[in-house]
Amino acid sequence: MKVVIMGCGRVGGRLAGLLADEGHEVTILDLDEYSFRRLPPDFGGTALVGNGTDEDALKKAGIEQADAFIALTQGDNRNIMACQIAKHIFNVPRVLCRTYDPLRRELFGSLGIESFSPTTIFAQMIKEQLLKPKGEKN
Amino acid sequence: MYIIIIGGGQVGYYLAKALLDEGHELLVLEKDPVRTAFICNELGSVCVRGDGCEMATLEEAGAERAEMFVAVTGDDEDNLVSCQAAKHRFNVPRTVARINNPKNETIFKKMGIDVTISSTKIILESIEEEVPTHPITHLLDIQEQGLEVVEIKIPPHSTAIGKMVKELPLPAGNTLSLVIRGQQRPFAPEEDTVIEAEDQVIAITTPESEEALGTVLRGS
Repeated sequence: MKVVIMGCGRVGGRLAGLLADEGHEVTILDLDEYSFRRLPPDFGGTALVGNGTDEDALKKAGIEQADAFIALTQGDNRNIMACQIAKHIFNVPRVLCRTYDPLRRELFGSLGIESFSPTTIFAQMIKEQLLKPKGEKN
Repeated sequence: MYIIIIGGGQVGYYLAKALLDEGHELLVLEKDPVRTAFICNELGSVCVRGDGCEMATLEEAGAERAEMFVAVTGDDEDNLVSCQAAKHRFNVPRTVARINNPKNETIFKKMGIDVTISSTKIILESIEEEVPTHPITHLLDIQEQGLEVVEIKIPPHSTAIGKMVKELPLPAGNTLSLVIRGQQRPFAPEEDTVIEAEDQVIAITTPESEEALGTVLRGS
């Protein structure tokens, strides 16, 4: 599978490494070259400096042949916009979006963008962990 | 009319000022507290500190009764997201977005933003108009129909000179609507109007055919 990832933070860098290890063709985009230090040293994919909300940068990253696009920058709006470009301009079959704001996730989910809110997921996980009987481990 | 403006920068501030003068009810949402205080000092309490992409903020701002929603921040992604929230969550009938990067016009249109204004494009076009050799000047886009209104000046060696309008091989769907000739009163050309050198012609064209129109009127 050919995957384009936008944002090489901790999650983006790690995901890129995992997918590349499994033999997928991965291209990761970030505005700052320094972010690529988060990629594993033996990263087998491509790292490109570029803006994922810019159509030309996306084309350079091979979005036209991509099977999936994943937006993982710190900005909810940037992620949503990039996903909408990937989905509606480049017709990428699978588009995943990180949206910190649960309300925004809900709205854009209803508009057809498949997204995750780490806020909701972590809050839930931490609550469950906290309320587990003492001694029980994860 | 109740209008919500997202972004209290230069554009947002002057827009709010103009709309208040016209008697509209409005609210500016601005993230920066200093800028918010400035606008409230200058224009009265029409500005609230807040993120125009947050659903809760928009709800408090009364977005569901807004008749128009204008996003004019310097960030295209913020303008795109807030306009979609206004449109799909609060059913605002008319959404207007400023676009900073002209490349983004397509995605804004596809996502159903009613009106897009590309500030960079407008500035470029205004400067182009000042370049005397520029062949075609864009005056106006009629977005719904995909038409544009352009001005073309007939150069001294154009093959169109001396020809009647009906003899010109105008691209399909193109119309010459006005001729400005010297000191004469501008007139609407008819089929037998003869084109003269230095005429300024106002024409209706499309983005695809404007180059062909330029060749017909300016070719030599």
